Amino acid sequence: MADRAKRKKRLDRSIKVRTEGLYALASWAEMGYLFMPRVVLVLGLLLLPLVLDMYWQRVLCSAGIYALLAIGFDFLAEYVGLVCLGGAFFIGAGGYIAGLLNEYFHWSPFVTIPIATVLGAGISTLVLVPCLRLRGIYFAIVSFMFPLFAVFIIIALNVFGGTEGITALDTFPNVWVELYLILGVVIVALFALRRLVNEDMGIILRGIMDNDQAVRASGINIIAYKTKAVFIAALLGCFGGAYLSHLYGWLGLSLFAMDFSILPIAACVMGGMGTLVGPVLGAFILTPMSEALRGFGQLRVVLYCLILIGFMVYKPEGIMNALQRKYHQFEVWEEV
Amino acid sequence: MDILIYGTVNSVVFSLIAVGFTLVYGVARVPNFAHGSIYVLVGFLTWSFVNDLKMNYALAILLSLVIASIVGLLIYRLVLIRLRGMPTSEIIASFAVSLIILEGLRMQGIAGFKGFIGPFYTLQPFVEGKISIAGIFVDYQRLIIIGAGLGLVIFLWVFTHHTKIGLSLRAIAQDERAAMMLGVNSDRTAMISLSIGSALAGLAAVIILPLGSVRAEEGYRVLIYALAVCIIGGLGSWGGAVLASFVLAFAMKISTSLFGALWESVVLVGTIILILLFRPSGLLGKQKELEERV
Repeated sequence: MADRAKRKKRLDRSIKVRTEGLYALASWAEMGYLFMPRVVLVLGLLLLPLVLDMYWQRVLCSAGIYALLAIGFDFLAEYVGLVCLGGAFFIGAGGYIAGLLNEYFHWSPFVTIPIATVLGAGISTLVLVPCLRLRGIYFAIVSFMFPLFAVFIIIALNVFGGTEGITALDTFPNVWVELYLILGVVIVALFALRRLVNEDMGIILRGIMDNDQAVRASGINIIAYKTKAVFIAALLGCFGGAYLSHLYGWLGLSLFAMDFSILPIAACVMGGMGTLVGPVLGAFILTPMSEALRGFGQLRVVLYCLILIGFMVYKPEGIMNALQRKYHQFEVWEEV
Repeated sequence: MDILIYGTVNSVVFSLIAVGFTLVYGVARVPNFAHGSIYVLVGFLTWSFVNDLKMNYALAILLSLVIASIVGLLIYRLVLIRLRGMPTSEIIASFAVSLIILEGLRMQGIAGFKGFIGPFYTLQPFVEGKISIAGIFVDYQRLIIIGAGLGLVIFLWVFTHHTKIGLSLRAIAQDERAAMMLGVNSDRTAMISLSIGSALAGLAAVIILPLGSVRAEEGYRVLIYALAVCIIGGLGSWGGAVLASFVLAFAMKISTSLFGALWESVVLVGTIILILLFRPSGLLGKQKELEERV
């Protein structure tokens, strides 16, 4: 045959036809196709600190915190159906517990952070459990109130350093520990959650989001599952808070600031809701951007909201969903 | 006695703040989180018109109310119209609009009006002077607030129950498709509700702000109060909104005089959380009671 016929072939089709969830790979091309995005993400995150200078390394640390919050928000909103506007409460709970343990017992950050993560998540979950019966906007509003409530209580009782906060907490030994601790946790959290939402528990959670009465009728305790989901999201947030208070060696009322509730949501919208990777991407784009706009002072909030609205109105699916679609439509020529 | 009088005044302040939001969210079911920012915007514009452009006070108020309703219209036309039916997106987008207005104002005012929102920017009261009621001095502005608040609530009740536009607002909240089938243009109705709601927020601003000063922080506070009153009262229920403002205002006033001013906010937020936990559809809410909780 003189002219060999060629046709376009989509790599994802064959993988998807043969498997649904279980990967049966037939060639190096297919394996590379699946591995490439994951490897790029992990290596990118791990190599990023090496090329940045001091200032941007700090920015990367706070971007990591926002990324954790954003993953938590995305998980709760898209897989459990709880829109939690109280991300700042998680940060505050974790940050205050770690800071107080460090201040009064002089424990090192490597002891206080795990304790604060688990304890803070426990407390946040206990606080949110009574609200789990609520749905939709009602849960959103109540969870939005909790950080405010915590701030007012701390001011009124004048405990935990009151309005001034506590300074001079222990910080991390060096900048590499700071960086790789947060980046490592982001990567682990990301892949762990992606696995979780495809396990049985994830299926039940998504069922709860779609139709909770049906799940309940199948004899599954939905409140218990929602509690577990909130605990998982709170773990991420509280780790971020505990890490934050040791990062700057300082704790105060601004741990409950609205930034921690709003920026992760913006990151989710920008990155693409429901992908779990998208929010991380969004956080790593938005935080440096808001840092670069610092010269504009208060006006940066304005610019930043304009970007948010632009994304909501013109690109509601977000970056990650668009990229994913493009990647799945990737075609190669093959000979027939 | 002090508690009774000032509690009543505060309650009416709460209802005034909340009526616009109740009309937009409670009745037409469009969450307009830019409510608080329009409140501040109108206060600021009125101040600018009076002090920078040397305008007549009444004219300044009228003009800024018109601008407020146009802003509300634009918010719907440019942003919210594309997000109808996605409550979370609607909330986030309108909250972003609110941040844009508030933080923009905090920076340097809007287009040409020099100004900075701070503690020294106060509007003058309509009528100076005080009156003594049972030994307590109350200034006339507070009496005007009570009168205006009650008048407005009654007017809005009549508006939403007995006029065509008002009825169509309630119709799209209850069942948008059925309303459209009966010839209600849902986009136009929602747009009207947003512009009326914004004008009401502005009206509340010019009536209430003479008691305090024009500040950007005021916007966030107003938004939280409006949300609280609207949701606690029960969506779409005017009686509920009034009841909720009385409950909240008296809870705050009593706690202030018992424990001191620091506890005011604690009690406010605590009351909101408690009521929402036990009655998520609000004190008098009837609509969609089943849908809101498991």
